[in-house]
Amino acid sequence: MMRLRRSHLICCAASKEKMAAHLSYGRVNLNILREAARKELREFLDKCAGSKAIVWDEYLTGPFGLIAQYSLLKEHEVEKMFTLKNGRLPPADVKNIIFFVRPRLELMDIIADNITSEDRHHSSRDFHILFVPRRSMLCEQRLKEQGVLASFINIDEYILDLIPYDGDLLSMEYESAFRECYLENDQTSLYHTAKGLMTLQALYGTIPQIYGKGECARLVANMMLRMKREFAGSQNQILPVFDTLLLLDRNVDLLTPLATQLTYEGLIDEIYGISNGYVKLPPEKFAQKKQGEGSKDLPTEPKKLQLNSAEELYAEIRDKNFNAVGAALSKKAKIISAAFEERHNAKTVGEIKQFVSQLPHMQAARSSLANHTSIAELIKDITSAYIIQCFPIKSHYVNTYIEDCIAQKDPLIKILRLVCMQSVCNNGLKHKVMDYYKREILQTYGYEHILTLNNLEKAGLLKPQTGSRNNYPTIRKTLKLWMEDANEQNPNDISYVYSGYSPLSIRLTQILARPGWRSIEEVLKMLPGPHFEERQQLPSGLHKKRQQGENRTTLVFFLGGVTYAEIAALRFLSQVEDSGMEYVIATTKLINGTTWIKSLMDRPESPTQ
Amino acid sequence: LDQKWTSWCSVLQLPANFAQPEASSVKEKGTKKQVKLKESRQAVNNIRRLVEEDDDEDDVERVSWSGEPVGSISWSVKETAASSQRADREPAFPKISTDTPSISRSQSGYSLSSLFKGKPKVGNFQTFSDALTDSSVRLYAPELRKPKSEYKDYVSDWSPEETVQRLQQGKAVSLERFRTLQDKLLLLDHAIAAHDGNVITAVLIYLKRTLCKEVLFRELESRQTALRHFIHYLSETQNQRLLLELHRALGRAEDAALLQYKEHLSITDENKRRDFLKNCLSLPFSAEDLAHVQDHYTLLERQIIIEVTDRQAERGGKVEIFQKFPRKALILNMPLITTLYYCCFYHYAESEGTFSSPLNIRQTFKISEKQYFVTALAARAKLKAWLDVDALFASRNWLGFTRKKSPLSFQRVVDILQKNSAPTHVLQDYVALVDDGELRLTLAQKHKCHDIVISTYRDMKDRQLLLGYRGKVVRGSAEERKIDDLLSNPQIRWKN
Repeated sequence: MMRLRRSHLICCAASKEKMAAHLSYGRVNLNILREAARKELREFLDKCAGSKAIVWDEYLTGPFGLIAQYSLLKEHEVEKMFTLKNGRLPPADVKNIIFFVRPRLELMDIIADNITSEDRHHSSRDFHILFVPRRSMLCEQRLKEQGVLASFINIDEYILDLIPYDGDLLSMEYESAFRECYLENDQTSLYHTAKGLMTLQALYGTIPQIYGKGECARLVANMMLRMKREFAGSQNQILPVFDTLLLLDRNVDLLTPLATQLTYEGLIDEIYGISNGYVKLPPEKFAQKKQGEGSKDLPTEPKKLQLNSAEELYAEIRDKNFNAVGAALSKKAKIISAAFEERHNAKTVGEIKQFVSQLPHMQAARSSLANHTSIAELIKDITSAYIIQCFPIKSHYVNTYIEDCIAQKDPLIKILRLVCMQSVCNNGLKHKVMDYYKREILQTYGYEHILTLNNLEKAGLLKPQTGSRNNYPTIRKTLKLWMEDANEQNPNDISYVYSGYSPLSIRLTQILARPGWRSIEEVLKMLPGPHFEERQQLPSGLHKKRQQGENRTTLVFFLGGVTYAEIAALRFLSQVEDSGMEYVIATTKLINGTTWIKSLMDRPESPTQ
Repeated sequence: LDQKWTSWCSVLQLPANFAQPEASSVKEKGTKKQVKLKESRQAVNNIRRLVEEDDDEDDVERVSWSGEPVGSISWSVKETAASSQRADREPAFPKISTDTPSISRSQSGYSLSSLFKGKPKVGNFQTFSDALTDSSVRLYAPELRKPKSEYKDYVSDWSPEETVQRLQQGKAVSLERFRTLQDKLLLLDHAIAAHDGNVITAVLIYLKRTLCKEVLFRELESRQTALRHFIHYLSETQNQRLLLELHRALGRAEDAALLQYKEHLSITDENKRRDFLKNCLSLPFSAEDLAHVQDHYTLLERQIIIEVTDRQAERGGKVEIFQKFPRKALILNMPLITTLYYCCFYHYAESEGTFSSPLNIRQTFKISEKQYFVTALAARAKLKAWLDVDALFASRNWLGFTRKKSPLSFQRVVDILQKNSAPTHVLQDYVALVDDGELRLTLAQKHKCHDIVISTYRDMKDRQLLLGYRGKVVRGSAEERKIDDLLSNPQIRWKN
């Protein structure tokens, strides 16, 4: 029996999981985490015996897509899938209706509406709810108030805390984590983080060393240690995969996400927004699929592309500074052209056969090259359009620059990013300057943004200067955050990701690995929140015997979000030959300055602005 | 301002201006890259032609146009949904709006801070069974640890600890047996110590129902974790009234004021919204915020008056400007600067006494000179009222000479005018006023201000450039003659 089950699993992993192979290429096989999540899902589906239809909270289809495909659901008798919306459920001849939802009250109202409009005489369908990632008393109470709670046979939760995004990247996609922690003082997300880390340790072994910097980091570490105590009695017998866990608060480094990321992937995210590993692009550049078709029906729907390391070319260029992408693409183009030219040299049947056998791979490489050439062109058009308009900032004062941006009615979020940046770098703004900005912003973008400005102040992104000393210059100099001569083509320092600015968060990570935080005690004290080190006891026999020259592995967890540029910088550090350290990255949410500021706004910008 | 920051800004650019310390160096990089991209684009195209015939992509993963791999979940949702649609349904499922900022907030908010305040340890977790039994399966699909409790299910007289544990396990339990205040608080403290937000919220709901709010508020004040969950609960269930009372009871007056002010966003009727804002003026805002809220109220009040008057004027059909440029949207609830633009467009010449006069608006809301200038300039240029544009710059010095003055760089002025398709003869006047010689020449070339280009080359005594430029002007035009005259002028000492 056991044997059978195992071979079944292998078979699943081998045949249907072509999609997720890239998760196992990294230092740590994140496919194990994905497999565990898939197993849970199957188990839940099997609990509802018979044919099923799933009603999806549309937001969840993105993250779930990273865990499973339709084929898995189909194997477990899922015959229909719908999007959750008001009114009567579409007809479906199934025994079970399962709602896959986030625990949100407005969704409960929709579900209640679905159920009350169900024709009771003709329908004998069973209802189930699967809450992702946690059940909620509040939601259940709402269903009770609406009088439908009793209609559910099964109410369950599907714990999806850490979702594998790539071979070295995990995200909780918990959008409001930063807002909740720093604005609303609500530590829900930290509890989830700690739970997620416990799950991870159950699969990859206890992490012997925990470092952290920041208030939230401290809380998460405390929760983890406590949870471990509660599990005492059952020792984790897995050989640890991670040597170190580093917990970093986003508010230790507020500046980095405000700046524009200048890596290829970072720019794609800044301009088009990457969501659940996909990006939607304007279709024009991708239209000429076949020459015969002519241009009569150009698609108007955006082109959707998946971006991850499964694509060889993308893995190669994603973390490069955008200014080095052109060269990389043209190099690749030459290689591919040469490969296609090979067919002229193929004379014998054997040679031709071999050429043909390589064709699919070459086709894929060609279409990948075509896509990224198009994306690079799109980005270049956008960035260079602004180069024409840009004026030398060195000769102007920042205030004037921001003032001009407001006068030009540039997007509000851009203004907020600039103003916050100025505030963070100068340990606050002079009262006069701050009042002036506020007035201009409210007059130009609407008075209701008083609420947003208040939020930014509460989160510490915007503040009036107080008498206290500005530590920023010291921090900058000690940590060498600003490099004059960043080498964008062949980087020798992480500062290349912002063309000359090193993210403070990553510098802290780098220094922790070598020479250690003791060398920067003074600076650590200037940054907000405590810094600490904890050790978790391993059962004897699980201590790693390190081979000579074997790299250590650190899991860096960004509480409150991380940008693609920071990820790129960590990947760069993993690749530096003598670093001796490899990094796996986890976060509450993949962010960029825009999505981050938006999460702090009380009334998101309308799309027309 | 700190000079250092300026240099910083040159590095830390925000989106939409990929500016680098020197624009020229970026341009250089830009062109280099362009060449590279061209190369790969060319290669891509070549290869495509080359492999056109065997382009059946059999082994390539099948992807629908929208990029979803065929078989992915979101693709399948659309597919199976579409196939089951009846004819009378709309063809596509409308998207659930997911653009609220707190999208993935989960439920009641778990919070744990109480854990670290040295509260007694709760719970008997020894009975949890370890789910990890079969190590051969683990490699492929290890079980996640789940506490499985083997509790007696038939007793109903639970202790606070047991009640909390049962709640955590989602089992039925009655809270009604906690009758005295002391019992209730004990239960709450145990819930807090269990650091499960779900349970804390459940207990809070019970306490809210069974305690008078004065007592509840007082007890919450000394339990910050529970307080946060209660606030979260009230805002989730949109119990604004109680939330306001709570803020007041806790002495958080400004928070309460902002919270109430926020409510105006959900009022759609403009008169009701105005009245609501008026009432807000008595709330305990900070002095600074109060001034803004006052302005907000004044603005909306004015917009309502302007809207009524202008709608009548438009319908009456007697006011020319409304006939020529029908209004596209209501001015209600627009930002102040948009309102100013509107008034500069439709009510420019009005005396300062009317509500819709741009000058009056400028005065009332203390709009900065630059903002006023930019807005008026854009509005008048849009109408092609070049005389008004000209007048904006008029400034008389004490000798009575007029000269053009601007709070804005003339480069920006040219930019605004050009965006409103100003004719060359208008642009020319302003291009000529750009201080920086090199920039002036670039702009003149870009906007075909031939006279400026020609006279600049003449001043540079650059015969070659002038000769080159001759090819760019219309043959037989006045400009061509002017160039010819200059080229044949023996008095000029050309440098080349």
